[in-house]
Amino acid sequence: MVHHLWLTAKLDIAESLRARWFLLYSLVFGGIVALLFLFGLTESRVMGFTGLSRLLIVYIQLCMAILPIFVLITTVRSVAGDREAGVFEYLLSLPVSLAGWYWGKLLGRFITVYLPVFLAMLAAALWAKLNGLAIPWLQFIFYSGLLLALTWCFLGLGLLLSTLARSIDIAQGLGFLLWLLLLLFLDLILLGILIQQQTQPEIVVAIALLNPMQVFRTAAMLLFDPQLVLLGPAAYVILDHFGNTGYILWAFLYPIILGSLAALLGYHLFKRGDLP
Amino acid sequence: MIQFKNVVKKFRAITVLNQVDLTISAGERLALVGFNGAGKTTLIRCLLGEYSHQGEVWVNGQASRLHRQQILTQVGFVPQLPPPLKMPVGQLLQFAADLCHSPIERMRMIGDRLGLDFKSVWHRPFVKLSGGQKQKTLISIALGRNSRILIMDEPAASLDPPARRIFFQLLAEFPQNTVMLISSHRLDEVAALVNRVVEMDRGQIVLDDKVVDQITQAHLYCRLHLNRAEMAFANALQTWQFITDEQNLTWHGQVASADRLRFLGMLSRYASLLAHVELEEMP
Repeated sequence: MVHHLWLTAKLDIAESLRARWFLLYSLVFGGIVALLFLFGLTESRVMGFTGLSRLLIVYIQLCMAILPIFVLITTVRSVAGDREAGVFEYLLSLPVSLAGWYWGKLLGRFITVYLPVFLAMLAAALWAKLNGLAIPWLQFIFYSGLLLALTWCFLGLGLLLSTLARSIDIAQGLGFLLWLLLLLFLDLILLGILIQQQTQPEIVVAIALLNPMQVFRTAAMLLFDPQLVLLGPAAYVILDHFGNTGYILWAFLYPIILGSLAALLGYHLFKRGDLP
Repeated sequence: MIQFKNVVKKFRAITVLNQVDLTISAGERLALVGFNGAGKTTLIRCLLGEYSHQGEVWVNGQASRLHRQQILTQVGFVPQLPPPLKMPVGQLLQFAADLCHSPIERMRMIGDRLGLDFKSVWHRPFVKLSGGQKQKTLISIALGRNSRILIMDEPAASLDPPARRIFFQLLAEFPQNTVMLISSHRLDEVAALVNRVVEMDRGQIVLDDKVVDQITQAHLYCRLHLNRAEMAFANALQTWQFITDEQNLTWHGQVASADRLRFLGMLSRYASLLAHVELEEMP
């Protein structure tokens, strides 16, 4: 199975490297870092943050806006697209194990999605070093881990949607709806309204804890400024209860578990249903 | 070797396979014929373990879906429509060879015989090849493996006549105990290869003709009257030792019982020339 997993992952990586979406995707993240340097963001100061720390904070905020929708839209095309195009009929007539095929696709996609995001950060760190700026390694590792968890989470969700949908159009529609739903339930948008409408606090806190985008946002701001005005009310209450360490653990583990469970459910459906 | 037991496949309310029972033994070369929508491709997909279904499909005592991977190590498959793969031809061959533990050289050799210059297409995306090149690539993969079961869905549809001839020659070179399941709209194309014909219609088997059962001492006397003489048809009939009149418009001769399918296949290619056909079994 491991052999088949790696063969499929290699195939998927090669496929992604040839695809236009990957080029655009890499350009977006590389471009963001380049633009942030170009506009002298490392030299500006906000709330005591300057240099690479400042750049990383802006970068992570932009990633939260771009990464989930990018991952969802490209991933949901994966299984649904191959099925619709008739690729499965042939490739799955070869003696590849279904587990190797499915998880290999996930692994390959994870590498191609996460690597540009991480490499852009790494390039920023190297550039900062060359220019004599201090590298905040703790922040760097923290953000790398958060991005990894976010990527994995949305890859798992994307693969599940991709397995559920029988056509690319439906898969993309579902992906977009999911992203919109999670975006609406960010602390400062719908959660704020829910609080204003005096919804039970437990429901509001539960939604904030279960929304992976909200979890990422709160965790990303932990190092920045965990104040009510920035975090939003639900995240502020959660942080107050969890404490920083507890929340960091939640922010790493929850998206990874959610993504894995979604991918596992997707695999179960994929294995059980008609393949082509 | 292969057994379909009461197989039913439905897509929502539509029944595509309706209680199909079929047993295929080692060495049988089966032509699966029928109109569009008869259920041929669905039957093949059930055999490949790609569809969930009611009933049972067994290959060498293993359930096709449950032991899909083990079964597919023995199966060479050529689909009706080449998949729109963006990967280069070389990568596709390498992927298939790695999965099937088959030497890539053998696949290349088959391609060479079919007239496909792998060197020139090695780095080209599979999807960008011509219809014939795609078909030759897929045939090279299927025949270049250690396949004991060959499943081919309209395999020769995009091949030019020389490649088609070599393709049939390659199939004929396979060991006698190889099972072949060839789905085709044109029986004449596969008639020379097969020893059994199964016809499907609306999800059911409506004809199961084992040609080997018919081998007796009996001959088929055949008399043909043509609406016009054609050199190609004349040459074909001469190879069957048929005798003609002076205008080459009336032909008659005998066909050995075992060859009747092949003969009728040949005849169907010239259907437009036939004005009158008489066939009579002679003791």
